[in-house]
Order: sequence, then structure tokens, then C-alpha cells
Amino acid sequence: MKSKLKLALVAGAIVASSVSGAMAGKDLDAIKARGELLCGVSGTLGGFSLPDSKGVMQGLDADICRAIAAAIGTKVKFVPLTAQQRFTALQSGEVDILSRNTTWTLTRDTALGLNFTAVTYYDGQGFMIPKKLGVKSAKELDGATVCVQPGTTTELNLADYFRANKMKYTPVVIEGTQETNAAFFSGRCDVLTTDSSGLASIRANDAPKGKSDDYVILPEIISKEPLGPVVRHGDDQWLDVVKWVVFALVEAEEYGVTKENADKMASSTNPGIRRLLGTDPGMGKNLGLDEKWALNAIKATGNYGEIWEANIPPLGLPRGLNALWSKGGIMYAPPVR
Amino acid sequence: MTEIPANSQRPPTRSLGGRSFYDKEVQGVLWQVVTIGVVLGLGYYLYSNMVANLELRQIQTGWGFLWRPASFDIGESLIPYTSASPYWKAILVGLINTFRVAVVGCILATILGVFVGVASLSRNFLVSGLTSVYIHSLRNVPVLLQMIFWVAVMHAMPSVRESKPLFGFVATQRGLFAPVPAAAFGWTLALVGLLVAVVAIWIVARWANRRQLETGEIFPVMWTSLGILVALPFVGWLIGGAPTEWNVPQLNRFNIRGGMSLSPEFLAVLTGLTLYTSAFIGEIVRAGILSVPKGQIEAARAIGLRESVIMRKIILPQALRVIVPPQTSQYLNLTKNSSLAVAIGYPDLVSTANTTMNQTGQAPEGIVIIMVVYLTISLTISLFMNWYNKKIQLVER
Repeated sequence: MKSKLKLALVAGAIVASSVSGAMAGKDLDAIKARGELLCGVSGTLGGFSLPDSKGVMQGLDADICRAIAAAIGTKVKFVPLTAQQRFTALQSGEVDILSRNTTWTLTRDTALGLNFTAVTYYDGQGFMIPKKLGVKSAKELDGATVCVQPGTTTELNLADYFRANKMKYTPVVIEGTQETNAAFFSGRCDVLTTDSSGLASIRANDAPKGKSDDYVILPEIISKEPLGPVVRHGDDQWLDVVKWVVFALVEAEEYGVTKENADKMASSTNPGIRRLLGTDPGMGKNLGLDEKWALNAIKATGNYGEIWEANIPPLGLPRGLNALWSKGGIMYAPPVR
Repeated sequence: MTEIPANSQRPPTRSLGGRSFYDKEVQGVLWQVVTIGVVLGLGYYLYSNMVANLELRQIQTGWGFLWRPASFDIGESLIPYTSASPYWKAILVGLINTFRVAVVGCILATILGVFVGVASLSRNFLVSGLTSVYIHSLRNVPVLLQMIFWVAVMHAMPSVRESKPLFGFVATQRGLFAPVPAAAFGWTLALVGLLVAVVAIWIVARWANRRQLETGEIFPVMWTSLGILVALPFVGWLIGGAPTEWNVPQLNRFNIRGGMSLSPEFLAVLTGLTLYTSAFIGEIVRAGILSVPKGQIEAARAIGLRESVIMRKIILPQALRVIVPPQTSQYLNLTKNSSLAVAIGYPDLVSTANTTMNQTGQAPEGIVIIMVVYLTISLTISLFMNWYNKKIQLVER
């Protein structure tokens, strides 16, 4: 009897002592303590995050995470998430950063308690349709059946576009990317809609063997989709780190610093390059990182242009808007100084 | 409390309000207080942790989001719904879709399950063997896999451009289309006639039953009911002007329009759930039938009743006492398993509520809505089944 009561009191004491209130804690400290950056990715989108035949995650989003992990000096672990799971996973702390071709919108930046960091890919939404339907423009899609994933800006833009153009459509809403693609290619729906980069990737990778040319992407781009990494509210330092790693990668392309010549460039006389690569110290200290933060990031994945070249051309997409501002695009990094 | 001899050494007693700490009742009360305290403390800790984190992350809370426009469309909806409708309407559409599949599924599963249960007791080796295979295979495969299988079957049907209509019915990978009469006043009257016929049949059956109990004369209830069922709607249709126009499914540029349609996702969820639950109900029915004492069947045979009458009038009414309680859990299982439809694209409650949670970021409120709705549905089903159970119980003398 006595021992039972003691047991109850001890249990109560344990519960009471663990009532510590909010899970407050700096994200960056937690990541460094863990030694591993938990990066939420899609895992099913070729060119952005897709495991290769050896199981190594390849893609633009994956490389951005690798660069950030190299900059802060930890390993990286990729966590595949569906479009519906991604925000709850980030909000609740399951992942530290979401690099999952996520569109920057006001609601997501505010009401969801998230912070968008920088844009790594400027995209827009399009439609893909089998050629044999003979449709030349998105305005002819009245009455079509459209496959779309839930929990995306795609779903909302689709509804807005059809309502604005007074057309009707039947949505088929399926959660997983693989299932959505399968439904489209089996003919369950006439049209597949997502970001243009996603459409190009699906057309190149997921169409039935040899039949990629049977599908055409319609010319209309119906929305702006700036894609970039996302972190939680509450840690300004982590937000700055992620933001400035991305900017450093873009600035490295502007200066011509590549994966091969990064070490050589570290002894350059150009003050901009010296500041970027940490030869002139100060930038790393401001971010709370090692002075070689940008050097490590560039040596891990290359600069932005190299990341782009390694992942996107197989999809058949031009550099377009994502070229540097000096080369006709809108990739513009604030100066690292 | 045991009597303590007056001349023994009494240990020092600690008392609680005048009673000993070792008193069983006192200890009982203390345990309950501690347990309630731990449970409440745990609940308070979880709630305050969640609230503190929501505030730290500046995630929006509150129920105001339900009145904002949803901005997304839903594939199938029984009530008018557009992307300008508010979020609460989207959740309501999902709820109605869940009801659709749950109600139809429960009815079909019961019919099929009773059939399977009776068949599994057949003396014909082939019938009972096939039923055994049916029950064992369907019970042991996870219901989600069964639903995915049926979705694959539905998607493998001919595409809308390749399918051939049969008497206006078309089965395609975009759904099952059937011609329906074009909406007209005559059909509304026919429907009213049908409802009146159902009530009339019920009255006639009760009257005939009472007459048989009093005078022993048998009234042909079945033929009369059939006649009423056909005649009254027909009369209503005639009064309404005898409309004959049909709404036939037609192939447009992209899709088939017109007529009534059942989407492949709905059919897949329905088929998967019905077959899965019918296997369980079959076993329950078999248990119920076996629970009827053998003497009842022998006595019924001794007085010369046919097998079908024995099953209907003697065995099943007594078996129902044993069947109804587990049946309740099967109905609840079917309703809750319908939430798996989110994986195959059927817009049920979990699917629309999930999308709402995602677009607004308010996950705790969304989860609470889903939990409360499922709890209400389950409690309602339980209440109804308990009432029915009480009604068919044998009164012990």
C-alpha cells in the first residue's frame, strides 16, 4: 500500500517537473547540438528533390539544403513530405527547414507562423494536356477534369483562373505526387496542373516510356510562384543564416567563384570576394558562424549557377527569369558586406 | 474495520479527518484524487504547451477562418458549392460525402453480410468453402489496400472516348453514368407517391398482423404491398402530366455530361468498405445463428415448417440478440474507415478538413472539428443501435 502511494507521488513529481512551458529554444543551437540539419523535401520531384538509383537525394532543393548544412558545419538528413504534411511538419519542429518548392505567399508568411527566406526559383503555374485532345490554349479548357494536389497554391490559383474566365471544371484531388501523376497518365483526368518546372519534370521523368512527346504544356502561365526555403517564426538568427547562404551562392556566381576555384579565389585581391569567402573576417561573426561559412557552402555544392546547371537542364527548361540580374534574369542578391 | 483488542499495543495511527489512513475507503478516495490530479495535470500541460508554442510561432488561432472564402473547389458535392463559398461549407460538403458513403456502405454491407453469414452455414460444401475463402481473404487484407485495388480497377475502365453506352448507361474510368428522367413536376409527384406508399404499406402490414393474431386469417401482405408500391407513384406521375423526357449522358469535348454520375473514387471507396465490412458481419451473423439452441430448429422442423420460414421467423429473430451489439462496432468501423478515402481522392470530411487546415495553417482547430464530428456520428450510431438492441431483447420472466 505504502509503496503504491509513493509510486503515485513520484510519478506526479516527474510530471510536474516536466511542465516547463513552451518549447522555446534557438533553432540554430538545436541543429548544431544535434549535428544534423533536418531538411523537409518532396522526394518525388525530379530536378528538385528525387533520390537517385543509389538513394542519394538529388535536386535543386536538396543542394540548397546541403549548402546550408555545409555553411553551419553539420550533416544533412532529408525528410520526404507531401504537400499536406509539409507545413505542420515545419510548425511542429519535425524539420528545421522546408526546401520543398514552396511558394511564398502572405498567408503562409504570417498566419502559418513561418518565415520565407529567399527565392531560389522564380516559377509560374501551367497546364499539361495530352496532344491528342487538340487544345492549344488554357482558355479552351471549359468542362475539363483537372488533377491537382491538395494544400497547394496550385489548387487556389486553378479555382481563381477558371472562375475569372467563367469556365467550369471538375477537380480530382489526390494527395500524393505519384498518385496524381498516375491518375493523369492513365487518363483519369484531362489536365495536370502544377508549377511549370514541376510539369517539365513530370513530363520528362514520369510519362510512360517514350511517350513524353504525347503531352504538351500549354503556353499560359497563370500565376507567380516564387519558390524558396522556409523556416519557423521565432529564430531571427536562423532566418538570417538561411537567407544569407542563398544570397552568398548567388553572389558567388556573380563573382565567378565556383566549386573548383573556390580555394584559389580565397586568396584573391578583390575585396568583395575576400569578404564573401571569409579571407577578410567579419561576415561569419555577424551571422554567428565560422568565417568560412560561404566557402564551405560553395565547396559543397558549387555556386547558384552550378547548382542550376546540375539539376534543371535535363528537364528542358531555359534559365529564363532565374538568370542573374546582370544577364537578363531577376536573380539579385543583396551585397555580402 | 476489524476490532482491535483493548489490551493490545496499538500502533500510532495517523488520521485523516478522524479516520485512519489505513482505512480502505480513505485510501480509495486518495487514489482517485491523485489519479484525477495526474490526468488533469497532463491535460493542462499539453494544452498550455500547445497554446504557448502557437503564440511563440505567431500562428493564427481562433474560429474566424470558417467564414472566409475557401478558394478551392471540390470534385463532388451534393449541395451547391463554389470556390467562393466559406470554409465551413467546404467542411460540410466533406461531411455529406462521408455520410453518403457511410450510409450506403452500412446498408449494402449488412445485406451482403447476412447473405454471407447464412451461406457459410450451408451444408453444400462448395458454397460454404467459397464463403470461407471470401471471409478469410477479405478480413485479413488491410482495407486501405483493398480501396487502392478498387481504384486501380476503376481507372482501368475504358476512357470516356472509348466506352460504348448500353441503354444509356456508360461505365468509364471517369465514373458510372446513368440516364435519369429529366426534372419535371410529374416525377416529384411520383416521389411523393412513393413516400405515401411506404407509409401505407407499413400501416397495412401492422393491420394484417393484428388481424392474424386476433382471427387467424392470413392477408396477402406481400402482393398488396407490391401493388401499392407500383400504383401510388404511377398515379402521382400521371397526375403530374406523365413526363417522358430523359437526361441522357452525352460525350462533350472533355467529359460526359448529363444523367446521373457516380465517380470512380466513390465507387472504389464504397466497394472496398462494403466488401471488407461484409466479411466481418458475415462472421457475426454466423455466430448469432449458431447461438440459437438446436432444440428450436428441431422443434420447428417437427411441426413441418419450411427451411426458409424457419430461418426467417425462428432463427433470425433470436439470433438478433447476439448479432446487434457487435454489429454496432462494425457500423462504427465502416464510418471511420471511410476517412481512408483521402488517400484515393474521394473528397470526404478528412480530405476537405485537411485542405482547410493546410490553406489556413490552423491545424489544432481543424483536428478538433474532425474529432468532434466523428465522435458525434459514432455516438449517434451507438445510441440508435442500443435503442434497437433494447427493443429486440427477450424479456426474461
